[in-house]
Amino acid sequence: MFELFKAKAEAVSAEVHRFPTSTGALDFITETLRKEGVADAPSSWAVWCEGPLRREAERARLPDRVPGLHFEVTRDRAAGSKVGISEFDWAIADTGTLAQDATRPDKRLVSTLTETHLAVVRTGSLLPDFASLLARVDPSRMRYLACVTGPSRTADIERVLTIGVHGPRRLVVVAIDEEGRVDA
Amino acid sequence: MTTQFRQGIAQALENPNLAGALGRFSEAYVVSRAKAYEGIDFEALRDQIVAAKGYGSTHLEELAEQFTERATAAGAQVFRTSDPREVRDYIGRLCREKGVRRVVKSKSMATEEIHLNQALQAQGIRVKETDLGEWIIQLCGQKPSHMVMPAIHMTKEQVAEIFSKEVNERLAADIPRLVQVARRELREEFLQADMGISGANVAVAETGTLVILTNEGNARLVTTLPRIHVAVVGLEKLVAKFSEIAPIVKALPRSATSQLLTSYVSLITGPSPGPDGAQKELHIVLLDNQRSAMAKDPKFVQGLRCIRCASCLNVCPVFRLVGGHVFGDVYTGGIGAILTAWFDALKSSKDIQALCIQCGNCTQVCPSRIDIPEMIVELRKRIARDEGQPLIQKGIYKVVNNRRLFHSLLRAASKAQKPFARDGMIRHLPLFLSGLAEFRSLPAVADEPFRDRVRRIAQPTGLKEKAVFYAGCLIDFAYPEMGEALVKVLNRAGIEVVFPDEQTCCGAPARYGGAYDVAAQNAADNVRALRVAGADIVVSACPTCTVALKIEFPETLRGGGKPELAAEAEALSAKVVDFSSLVSRLVDQGRLTLRPGESLPSVTYHDSCHLKRTLHVHQEPRELLRKAGHEVKEMFEADMCCGMGGSYSMKFPEISRPILERKLANIRKTGAASVAMDCPGCVMQIRGGLDKGKDPIPVKHLVELIADRLA
Repeated sequence: MFELFKAKAEAVSAEVHRFPTSTGALDFITETLRKEGVADAPSSWAVWCEGPLRREAERARLPDRVPGLHFEVTRDRAAGSKVGISEFDWAIADTGTLAQDATRPDKRLVSTLTETHLAVVRTGSLLPDFASLLARVDPSRMRYLACVTGPSRTADIERVLTIGVHGPRRLVVVAIDEEGRVDA
Repeated sequence: MTTQFRQGIAQALENPNLAGALGRFSEAYVVSRAKAYEGIDFEALRDQIVAAKGYGSTHLEELAEQFTERATAAGAQVFRTSDPREVRDYIGRLCREKGVRRVVKSKSMATEEIHLNQALQAQGIRVKETDLGEWIIQLCGQKPSHMVMPAIHMTKEQVAEIFSKEVNERLAADIPRLVQVARRELREEFLQADMGISGANVAVAETGTLVILTNEGNARLVTTLPRIHVAVVGLEKLVAKFSEIAPIVKALPRSATSQLLTSYVSLITGPSPGPDGAQKELHIVLLDNQRSAMAKDPKFVQGLRCIRCASCLNVCPVFRLVGGHVFGDVYTGGIGAILTAWFDALKSSKDIQALCIQCGNCTQVCPSRIDIPEMIVELRKRIARDEGQPLIQKGIYKVVNNRRLFHSLLRAASKAQKPFARDGMIRHLPLFLSGLAEFRSLPAVADEPFRDRVRRIAQPTGLKEKAVFYAGCLIDFAYPEMGEALVKVLNRAGIEVVFPDEQTCCGAPARYGGAYDVAAQNAADNVRALRVAGADIVVSACPTCTVALKIEFPETLRGGGKPELAAEAEALSAKVVDFSSLVSRLVDQGRLTLRPGESLPSVTYHDSCHLKRTLHVHQEPRELLRKAGHEVKEMFEADMCCGMGGSYSMKFPEISRPILERKLANIRKTGAASVAMDCPGCVMQIRGGLDKGKDPIPVKHLVELIADRLA
């Protein structure tokens, strides 16, 4: 199912990376933030909203090693960030989609206002299709269910596909086999 | 038809950007759509959508109540009204009460329908469309030309010019750069807006959930950043169950843009906290505006199943020529003509709906299985009822309704045309009729109609089976040789052909023009004429006539005030068969053998609209051609209309012509030695077009090719 997910996500210009453990994923994220030129200056920040992997990043004192990486997500911080990191609850194989309970606004801020979106998801959360996602969620407990498939795109001028209109230009999926630790 | 409308058509046809963009898109669309639906059972998906939307459209009141209750329980404020003005007032008042100065919008057709932007702007509010296409349209003060791609009619140069003016900076016509300008300019608008206005693609009654699909990500910003979110939702978006989102989300992106899924899908149930942590306000406006009335009309309720994917526009031979500025209003294309008639007024769609050529291409792709051509005919019927037929048309119908007069006029025409006819073709007509023969030669009316010639055909005696031949006007009066060929083929299979003299026009032209009384008179005359003892087969070599006899007569008779003959029409219908299906059956039964040729020239086959899409016959003629020894070379868009459309080519020669030219180009590209088809109307159009272009490719009715290859 993961191979299908990867193929479908890549077909819509997402980048997909898979790691057996959180440690490997954290190293990759650290490296990606460096390559993106994240720095402690407006429009070069990175924001990471709440989630299990972030708690591990907190323990690993990642912000000490990556200047400009912030765990406190406000509107202005997100608007001044180059990279946003968020953790998703599900992945959908047949469309290459990520889905999350985004009732908390910070989850959306990091993935709407930034140029690069790092989306963390556990491979164990893979679902076959959209219908199985609907069967799993309870809308009465979820004010905002957000599904993301590839980066922001448009074809409104002469039908030429152009990536990155109002949302991120780059979507990097960080898939982890290890379960997110509840106590983390 | 208004002069303004006619001028609009002319302008659209002369606009190379429009025709180029729409033409290229429609050709690419067929391929990319098919790819997006790979591995999916489209009919099964349609069943699911028809079930969900069908239930929704017939339970609007109940679902609206349930939605209101659930969404309110989730913390939203729901306002429901039938009056567009009340929507404008409600949002206007909300803006005043909450101190809203700036509004950002994501795409919403419902707000366009009620002209919300103008109302808010009149109140001094800054309103910005944020969908790239909509923003372009807003900046230049135009109207969207396509429901999914509002600015498809514009070039990057035009967009660069518009943006340059907006940002006071000379911008090059570089698309990625232009998109970045939009990102930069609109980002500020998102951040400063007090209110975000969106539409919704689905509204779920059992949960009070709104579903919004976008690619650009603007809807996520519109629904996240401003402190107030207003969603304007047409009642037809309602479905009963949360699980029913799935089939719609599966079909909408595939049909609209050939994507498996849009970049973003958001499911919103009640207000969520805003970026500052404070609870946002969510207002949902349920807009009726005639939708309830439409739901009560058995002929039009199906129109409420529309999910606005616009696939009907993308496959429409007329839309791809003239675009949505001519063919439509807020909602465009054939479905637009229907929605305009309801949401605006019947008379507003009078000119627009006339553009439908009734080819039925849209019925093949609509994910909600909506029959647009059928509703268009119903519109015509009602417009004719309200306003009467134009005088000339009325005169024609009067003639057609009187078989003796009609037929004697056709005979007279065969004499009158003499100065213009050569080799059975009319290539020029006197000035006032010249538009008709300008782009295609017309067939001359035969010196001697089939009804006279048939008397001289010596059919073998002692044939055990009898078939009634319904010729239709074109074969009877223009192409009697096709009738003779048919007699020859059936005789060889041991069938005697009976031609009842009292048969007359099948009534299709009147029916498609909305003149049901005329069509019903034709139907009645034919039902009586075709009563032939001992004949179990009624065969026609014209698909349009076949559809009239086989499918439409009972309904035409009921709708046209002659219900007493409907039962007999149904009995007749069971006997009616098109030529290809009949011959294919005879060959399968071993009653007819075709003599395969050693090296017969290759043939390309043109699918006629009624044969392919109403009678679902398309394999049979190809198989017969192969059995007769021809190589069949498929042409691109083989089942696209040739532009004839009966009287359509007389009413809109300027549209019929470019449709024909595209067909001729596709025929030539195959390199086939000849082109075959099953419809004498298509023969008239295509043969006429090739003749005018002095192209030697022979155009044949299948019956002629089969008659040549009998063993």
